[in-house]
Amino acid sequence: MSINLTLVGQMITFTLLVWFTMKYVWPPLFDALEERKKKIADGLAAADQGNQQLDRAEKKSKDILKDAKSQSAEIINMAQKRASEIVDESRVEAKVEGERLLTSAKSQIEQELQQTREKLGKEVSDLAIKAAEQILQEEIDKTKHQAILKKATAELGKLK
Amino acid sequence: MASEAHASEGATSYIVHHLTPLTVGEGFWTLHLDTLFFSALLGGLFIWFFKVAAERATVGVPGLMQNFAEMLVEFVDQQVKDSFHGQSKLIAPLALTVFCWVFLMNFMDLFPVDLMPGVGSVMGVEYLRVVPSTDLNATFAMSISIFILIIFYSIKIKGGWGFAKELMFQPFGPWLLPFNLLLKLVEEIAKPISLALRLFGNLYAGELIFILIALLPWYVQPFLSFPWAVFHILIITLQAFIFMVLTIVYLSMAHEDH
Repeated sequence: MSINLTLVGQMITFTLLVWFTMKYVWPPLFDALEERKKKIADGLAAADQGNQQLDRAEKKSKDILKDAKSQSAEIINMAQKRASEIVDESRVEAKVEGERLLTSAKSQIEQELQQTREKLGKEVSDLAIKAAEQILQEEIDKTKHQAILKKATAELGKLK
Repeated sequence: MASEAHASEGATSYIVHHLTPLTVGEGFWTLHLDTLFFSALLGGLFIWFFKVAAERATVGVPGLMQNFAEMLVEFVDQQVKDSFHGQSKLIAPLALTVFCWVFLMNFMDLFPVDLMPGVGSVMGVEYLRVVPSTDLNATFAMSISIFILIIFYSIKIKGGWGFAKELMFQPFGPWLLPFNLLLKLVEEIAKPISLALRLFGNLYAGELIFILIALLPWYVQPFLSFPWAVFHILIITLQAFIFMVLTIVYLSMAHEDH
């Protein structure tokens, strides 16, 4: 139980141990701990951030969807409007076209009627002249009575 | 009567044998070879373990060894942070070394009392005391080293005059200077002595009780040595912890400037 030189030996051992721990053991272990702590904190922060981003993205996608819905509704509305417009337009056009066709048909009919009348008048006058010729074979000189005939023809033509 | 006296003599010599260190030299120039050997061996074990753990330390998922080492490092670091409020590169590693080394030296107490001396006697070693912390030289070596650090830091932080003023003028002011000085000197010197004697006393007594139990009949021994060993797990940890915490506290006191 006596104090002796062992004390000095033990003190040297102790000093060496403390020196070694201070130099080679503590710093790397402590640094690793600190670094891991930082890494975990960073990871948690990143997870948080990710969650926030997800929230934001969800909100954004909802907004986009809402926008798209309203836009599509608008487009459908416009399309319906346009379609009814087209229908209206074509109806008007058809009406116009029909009227045009009708008028042209009428005028054609009128024209044809006119022609037929003229022709008829001419034939009637020809016939009348022929009959008069037959009757008045000798008496009437064609050249002499030209003026009278012409007048008669003109009057016939007016009858139409 | 004669046989009883002989038996008690045998018991005494058994105890004395177990508590006698293996020595070389005379007087003060004696070396306790067993204390030096086992403490160095355990110190080497501690250094090896922590060095390997430190070398393999990664930021990623730690292995078993690193985990354990980090647990101890964090535990010690927490203790240092709790009681020491300065900046020091020395205190935390010092506390870790103190805790682990004292714990390992105390742990030798849990080996059966006859195991290593028995092996030693077979190998021709006459005396072998395996628990270094039952040697006053081992405990005083640590406490005196720490005492030197206390004085060193007191003077470094407070300055020579500051430290002297603290010794002279506290706690009762300059009018009671001699009384203050006496009180302070006793207080300072009590630090290493109490540190060393507390550890030594606990471990010496614990070892003695193990030896006493070993003297009893074999069928009684397990019923006593098992509970005592279980209890001793607490004691050796607690003593290592106390030594470490007091080291931190003393050094933080040395760092505090009034």
